[in-house]
Order: sequence, then structure tokens, then C-alpha cells
Amino acid sequence: MAIDAMEMKLRPPEAELKPYPPKLITLASGEKMVVREARREEVGALLGTIYPLIGVPADFYDIVAVRMYAEILGWYRYRVANEFVLVGAIDGVIAGIVTSRHVSPQLGMSLHTLTIKRGLRVGAQLFAAKMEHHLDVLGEEEVYIVAESPNGFKRWMIEYQLEDRSALYPEVRHELGGVPTFVLTRPLWDAVRSIKCTGSRPISDADLKTADKLIMPSEYSQLPGFKR
Amino acid sequence: MANVGIVGIGHTRFGNSSEYDLGDVLAYAATDCLKDAGFLERRKEIDQVFVANMASGMFCHQTAVASAMISKMDMEPVPAELIENGPASGASAIKVGYMAVASGLADVVLVVGGELMRKVTGWNATDIVATMLHTEAEYNMGLTLPGFGGMFTRMYMEKYGLTERDLALVAVKDHENGAKNKYAHVQIPCTIEAIADGPEADVVNNYIAEPLRMYSTCPVTDGAAAVLLVNMDAPIAKEFKKKPIRIAGVASATDTHCVHNRKDPLRLEAVRIAGEKAYKMAGLGPKDISFAELHDAFVILELAISEEVGLFERGKAYLAVRKGETKIDGRLPINPSGGLKSKGHPVGGTGVSQVVELVRQLRGEAEPGRQVKDPKVGMSVNFGGFGNNVVAVICAKE
Repeated sequence: MAIDAMEMKLRPPEAELKPYPPKLITLASGEKMVVREARREEVGALLGTIYPLIGVPADFYDIVAVRMYAEILGWYRYRVANEFVLVGAIDGVIAGIVTSRHVSPQLGMSLHTLTIKRGLRVGAQLFAAKMEHHLDVLGEEEVYIVAESPNGFKRWMIEYQLEDRSALYPEVRHELGGVPTFVLTRPLWDAVRSIKCTGSRPISDADLKTADKLIMPSEYSQLPGFKR
Repeated sequence: MANVGIVGIGHTRFGNSSEYDLGDVLAYAATDCLKDAGFLERRKEIDQVFVANMASGMFCHQTAVASAMISKMDMEPVPAELIENGPASGASAIKVGYMAVASGLADVVLVVGGELMRKVTGWNATDIVATMLHTEAEYNMGLTLPGFGGMFTRMYMEKYGLTERDLALVAVKDHENGAKNKYAHVQIPCTIEAIADGPEADVVNNYIAEPLRMYSTCPVTDGAAAVLLVNMDAPIAKEFKKKPIRIAGVASATDTHCVHNRKDPLRLEAVRIAGEKAYKMAGLGPKDISFAELHDAFVILELAISEEVGLFERGKAYLAVRKGETKIDGRLPINPSGGLKSKGHPVGGTGVSQVVELVRQLRGEAEPGRQVKDPKVGMSVNFGGFGNNVVAVICAKE
């Protein structure tokens, strides 16, 4: 597609980001979840997966879903700099999605974590994968993180013992409205990596192929009675 | 004493009901129970209601929930009282209900138990539950129930050779049953490879209170359950939709509030005594038990309780689990409901839920794949505190 001069002005500068190497996690149910970077052409499946959750206020699914919807749309339309999207898929069915942004060689900006399939710590695994991408793959020194739900606060701030820099506001502020900013530093990551982050690499072609085509879930535990 | 039977059972889907009012959740279970008994329209003829709840004042900032439930159900002026005995509140309420009927004071008693624990965060729920510990010697020292569970498990491991993999085997068995139970909180099976043997098990099944892992502990759960008790010797006993399941034995016992005051912290004396008294009352023994619902808030308790009530030799229950003896098709199925581990543990409601499962199994009404084959006698043990107040119930098919 030809990109005209105006469109070029609207697009942010992009850094060349190292790709996230896909991995395979065996969940407690025995199901195999492929974690990999989402591709731009998969935006339809991603947005279609998120959309029904925009109407779910329980556990703040609505705010996380609507914001992630915008983030992925912004990524697709080149309106957010250096964003990446990781997806977890079980037999191709989307189980969870995370969004994040590379700000500089030193700093990452964690955006959102959306668990679709509940009860198996899919969100916890995907959040850890996101941190792995920031700190181990992209080589950043720290990641800014906020929580918009009690579940998020417990999973990230408490369990990772994140550094609270909210007192440094407004000098230190997360892009999501400057809400209290917590930070995963490299020493903190080194301390928790082995208990929070897992997955087998290299992933076999056969396993990777199961997630080659992303499939929107047909049911959601968050939406009883919903059928796609 | 009159014979006491159960003619109705009710249960909510355990899980997250935090958007609801506790009175509504209790009323839902009670309505389900009265429909099952064919007595919903005649509910004002009930002689007495007992509601079991542990801590709605703290979880929901709501008290006097027995009165709330009565009004929700349009049951005034039926008398109703609240029974509180920590996580054993449910079975205690059944015991009190039994006493009311057996003594002749009442012919029909409705017992409802429930809790909404997810109104608060998980760590607040853990803190609220921990308030049942000894204030100075335990709670103020930072002890919690998972903390006690972890220490108890470590001692048991060192004494009897239990491994973390054995704990995982109990969880796999419980989740296999719970996945088929439409009322269970976590209806997801788990595999031994994923939670114990595989390369990712350490993270997928992370530590909660070492050596207890996520799949060694029950979830924080909302829910309610109800049973309708009747004097089996009274004419009204014939006016219900279903034949009664008899309460053959019900007994409770206590132990020291402080665990460190026990001669041997691995011995659960209140469990042993409650079990023995229930057996004696029923005229039965461990060999007569077809299946059991045991209070596995931590999976180690399923093993330890099963030994204390004589279902297995001391220190050997985990060997029976290894052989598959406690699976649904094993010699002695334990926790066919999924147990607290998979079905969930809404503290005030658990004891009632366990007895609902006894009745469901004895009627042959459990879902395919988790129905015990031709059961005659079921036993439940509801465990309060860290074993300081325990209630055992034995139900028998007539």
C-alpha cells in the first residue's frame, strides 16, 4: 500500500525490535499453550476476541478490554510507537493477550494483560512472558507497570514485589493516565524469573503450527450463555 | 430419640458470587432445597431454620443473615437462628438441627450454610479466616491457615515419607471429580505431568506456603448449600417428594485452641473423637463406609483426616492414593464432589455442602463419571480451626 506524505507524518518513529522467540507452556490442565508474538494480519481475530468483554464490568474486564482494543487498533494502524502484542493460544484458540511498548533501550511500558481462559493462570504466564520480552529479549533495564484491577495489583505489585515509585509523580508516571506507577527492575526480575516465568524452547514446528491460525473463542466463562 | 432424615438438598454453583447479596445466595440454596423436597409452597410450615455462617460481618459487612434470608424467602414467622463455628459452622448447624428434630422439639428443620468470601481480596480473605486462630500466640505472630497447613505437611512428610508428588496426586483425583460436578468452583481437571512431573510444574503449580502449592490448597469461594431435615417417625415424613436419607450418626469434638499445646501436632484428636462418636451412634465402623467427603482445605488434610477416622492406617493414606484406591472407581472413593480443593470452600457453607454430596451420592443422583457405585453409607468430616472443632456426619441409605 502506498503511504502518502500525510500518513507518514501521522506515524510514530519505529525502532527495530528483536522478535520474541515463541515458547510452549504446559498448563495445569495438561493443555499446551503456545506463546508467541501476534502478527499484524491477525488483528481481526484479536479484536474479535476482545470485543465481547468490553461489556463485562466484573473484575474490570470492561476497562481492560476497551483499552486493549484501542491499543491493538493503534498498533495495527501505526499510531503507537514500538508496541508489541503477545498472544497465548491453546490449539489455536486465543487464551490470553498482552500488550506492551518499548520506550527506550532502558525502559519498557507495560500496557495490558487480558485473560480469556480463566482458572489456569494464563494471565500470569503471559504477563511473565511480557516481562521476559522487555528485560531478557529487548534488554531494557526496567518496566513501568500499573494495575487497574485488584487482581492485577495482587498478581503484579504484590507477587513481584514491584518497586513503588508513585511518590515520584509526576516525574515518574505511567502512560496509562499516570496512575500509581510501580517498576519491575532488573534485580527484581532476576529474583523472581525462575518462579514466575516458564516455557520450553525451542518450540517444535508441530506445536507452533497449532497456533499458526488464531481462532476466536466460541465461549467465555466471563459471559455465561455467550456463543459465537 | 426420633430418627432424623434428609428429604431435600440444595446448592448454588460455587465460585464467584460477589455481585450478589449473601441473603440472596442463602435463599437460592434454600429454595433449591425446598423444591427438591417438594416443600417450597409449604415453607411456612417449617418448624425451625438454622443458618450457618462464619464471618459475614467481616466478609460482607453484614450481620444477622438468618433474619435476612427468612425475609428474602417470605418465611416469617418461622424461627431462625445463626450458627457460627468457624469453617465447621455448616456441619455444626446440621448437628443442632438434628438435635432439634431428634429431641422432638421440631419435625421439619431447614439448615442453610453459606459464605461470600470474594467480596474482599484474596489476602484479606486469608486474614479474616486467620482470626479464628489464637489471638496472641498465633494470629498476632503472623500465622495463617495456609501457614499451619504448610508446617503440618512438612512434619507429615518427614514422619511418613509423603512427597510433594503425593499431594499432587490427591489434587489430580479431586479435580477429576470436580470437573464433572456442575456445582464445583474449579471445573478444570489437572494432570500429574503438568502440576508435578513436567519441566514447567514449578511455575504452573507455584508454592503458596511451602511445601503446599497452588494445587495443594483450596480456592477462595462463594456459595451456599441447604438440607431439609425431617422426623422420619412423624406422619409428615411421608409428605415429601423423595425418600429420606437417614442421618445415622453426627458428633463433634474439640481440641486445644493453640496447636502448640497439643502433645503431638500431627495428631488430630478432635477428628478422631468426633469420628468415633459418630461411628458409635450409627452402630457402624470404618469398614462400613462406602465413600467420604473430607475437609481438604489443604490436600494433606484429606490424608490425615482419613487416617484419624480409621479409613486408612496412620501414615499410609498416601500409599492408597498412589494405588488409586480413593478415586471414584477405587475401593474407597474420597471427595467424589471434588472436595474443597476443586469444589471450593465457602467456609460457613462447606459442612452443609459436604452433607448435600452424601445425600446426592446415596440417592444415585451425581453426574455420570463421579457417581460412586452403589453406595450404602457416606461420611463427612467438617474441620474447624486447625482441628480444634470438628464435626463428623454419617448418612445411610435406608
